[in-house]
Amino acid sequence: MSAPRLSIEALSAISLRDSNRPILRRVSLAVGVGEVHGIVGESGAGKSTIAKAILGIIPSQVRLTGGRIAFEGRDLLSLSRNELRALLGRDIALVPQDPSTALNPSRRIDAQLTDGLRLKRGLSAKDARLRARALLDEVQIRDPERVLMSYPHQLSGGMRQRVLIAAAFGLEPKLVIADEPTTALDVTVQKQILRLIRALQERHGTSVLFVSHDLGVVAKICDRLSVLYMGRVMEQGATADVLSTPRHAYTKALLAANPRYDRPDTGLEPTPPEVIAALRAEIAAFDAGAREARDG
Amino acid sequence: MADELLAARGLVVAYGRAGSPAVLHDVDISVGKGETVGIVGESGSGKTTLGRTLLGLVRPLAGSVAFDGSDITALDEKARRPLRRRMQMIFQDPMSSLNPRHTIGRILVEPVLLHGLARSRDAALGLVHGVLDRVGLSRGTVERYSYELSGGQRQRVGIARAVVLRPDFVLADEIVSGLDVSTQAQVLRLLKELTGEMHLALAFISHDLSVIRSICQRVVVMREGRVVEEGPCERVFAAPAAAYTRMLIDAIPLPAVDPGWLTRGAAVEAAATG
Amino acid sequence: MRDPKVVCAGGFILFLIVLALGAPLIAPKDPLAQNLLIATVPPVGFADAEPGYLLGTDGLGRDVLSRVIFGTQVSLTVAFVAAGLSCLIGSLLGLLAGFLGGFVEALISRLVDVWMAFPPVLLSILLVAVLGTGLHSVIAAIVVIDWTRFCRVVRTETMGQAQMDYVTAARTIGFSQPTILFREILPNVVPVLIALLTLEMGIAVVVEAILSFVGLSVSSDTPTWGGMIAEGRQIVHEGWWVLAAPLAALFATVVAFNQLGDGLARSLDPVLRR
Repeated sequence: MSAPRLSIEALSAISLRDSNRPILRRVSLAVGVGEVHGIVGESGAGKSTIAKAILGIIPSQVRLTGGRIAFEGRDLLSLSRNELRALLGRDIALVPQDPSTALNPSRRIDAQLTDGLRLKRGLSAKDARLRARALLDEVQIRDPERVLMSYPHQLSGGMRQRVLIAAAFGLEPKLVIADEPTTALDVTVQKQILRLIRALQERHGTSVLFVSHDLGVVAKICDRLSVLYMGRVMEQGATADVLSTPRHAYTKALLAANPRYDRPDTGLEPTPPEVIAALRAEIAAFDAGAREARDG
Repeated sequence: MADELLAARGLVVAYGRAGSPAVLHDVDISVGKGETVGIVGESGSGKTTLGRTLLGLVRPLAGSVAFDGSDITALDEKARRPLRRRMQMIFQDPMSSLNPRHTIGRILVEPVLLHGLARSRDAALGLVHGVLDRVGLSRGTVERYSYELSGGQRQRVGIARAVVLRPDFVLADEIVSGLDVSTQAQVLRLLKELTGEMHLALAFISHDLSVIRSICQRVVVMREGRVVEEGPCERVFAAPAAAYTRMLIDAIPLPAVDPGWLTRGAAVEAAATG
Repeated sequence: MRDPKVVCAGGFILFLIVLALGAPLIAPKDPLAQNLLIATVPPVGFADAEPGYLLGTDGLGRDVLSRVIFGTQVSLTVAFVAAGLSCLIGSLLGLLAGFLGGFVEALISRLVDVWMAFPPVLLSILLVAVLGTGLHSVIAAIVVIDWTRFCRVVRTETMGQAQMDYVTAARTIGFSQPTILFREILPNVVPVLIALLTLEMGIAVVVEAILSFVGLSVSSDTPTWGGMIAEGRQIVHEGWWVLAAPLAALFATVVAFNQLGDGLARSLDPVLRR
């Protein structure tokens, strides 16, 4: 088993605005070479914070209080801004959640795609343009020339997301962070995009950290899962294991609350109060332990 | 049909100036008394427009809407007033559907007074307390403002507002779309219980077929302003007649590992989307 | 929300109101009493000052402090009346335009566009020429020009609010149009309105000062800050305090209005408050 490409070790963070409430509680996970690792959890669980920590874009009201993020052995948290910037876009890329705000509305697609290629790979304008075309072909856009000459508002949501995926994978990064990349899309488009991400990932051997609140989506594209609740990893393992034989109460509750079209009476089971109480107690116990370790 | 409460035939709706493209093309739909019908479609399907047309918020260019036997398509606001009590709506975004400058109490009491369901403000408040109890909110909620409540609580207020007038028909427009899955389960369960208790007809608009399956008896599948398929949920899900319906169902990722899912149906999709 | 900015600014405005209302009692000297023997005397604390004349005297021996105090009467009257009337007229038209849309909105918008094409300075001079100098013409000039500012902003804000789901909810419940406009929408427009109103008060004070500077405001007996600035400008080398005092008063007043407006808008808007 080769060393993981990305290794998050005991990452902790607090919210400065919220009387130092913990946002991440010693989160640990590893993404191997060519592996798709899913972080799944409800809103507020801290999934986006993890993604932002890797990219170095955590908001000012959040502070990391411990842990390391090792990318190919180097701790990203100890890098200078310039060193991190050199890595981003070239070795680590992001597929963002909202395709409508992630693209500059006043620049054409070709300009936005070639920016990164010219900056990060040093390609000439001409070569970058050719590569951009090739990238759009790779993401199965049927009329790449038309799309290149378009502005973002002229394209559909699914098309824009394909462009963003092309931009992310186009630099042949080692790690792609996909932050809820299909949440804003129609379900049929979502399937096409997931298929695309998987295909690209397999072809280039890219590692993917896939953040989502949707258990169904992570089930279809992730090799391994980390189930996140209130900033703490409650369960972790191979996707098949976690979903078919969940061990932690939270994973079970999440699965039970999900409606399934193949099982008519699902989706109406809110998490029982005892389970919520037990989860809260578990978190409280963790916090108490952490405080002791810090103060003691 | 004897038990039909709301029936629309041949609806054609377009926004904007004459000549703008139609958003609904010749749409038929009916909802029986006490029945829950799901309206499912992706973006651009016209499902939201259909809901608003049924409620009389949008005037159709052609077609008719009948409520409890009488044609209500061309009624003006005044004539519609008495009907309003019987047809209510729950909205997707509880933040924008609750007036941020009114207390929850005011939001719930005013409709009761308007329709004469209580003689005095105190009596109205009593009624409101009852509804809050039923939807699982504390009575103290009447003094709060919407921004003080959580998403799930706000959505319950939305449900309370819709049922406090004891309507016959409720339109729910993507009401669980922004909620966590466990909050969603609570809201859906509440809605299902209420429709049973109050014998409410419910039109449930959603893009999520799994959610529709959990509470609807019948489903209407829409695409680009047309009804592609409709029928009892059991039948449509087990044996969808239209290719689009099949594609829609196949696209839903179930929370179980299925290695062939990603590539399955790629050819059908390509053909269907052209 | 006790924002220190609001408290300070509000306190200062209150102080000015007290000065204006109680000027005859508060001002140490008669603002019109001339005494050429003590003309252009510096404020107390400087050489050759005259005791009892705290801010010195002007070219005709009148007490600067008393004149500044009496000047608040004119400035505040204009501020409240002119800004108030502009707000009333402009907001009403803006509300109607934003809410009713269609023909009404088009008519009012065209009216505003045409109106705003007139050069404001010329319009003021024209009005004063027709109506004669005096406070009434100053107020008229301000109202006639500035109502458009309120109309535009309120129209946009109203249109924005009218799109919100809580307005749709009010329609489905069956509230009448006037009820929806004044009970649902108006409270949400008020924060913007308050900010604009206090801004306008500051503008009104400055406009009055400008008009009295050029002698188009009240008769030259009544002390106004603008008039004092005009006089003070002439003798700035011999008596800088004659210019400095009214200028400082003007400055402080406008800043106070702006800060008050900013602070009020923030504390009244529940969303911004969080």
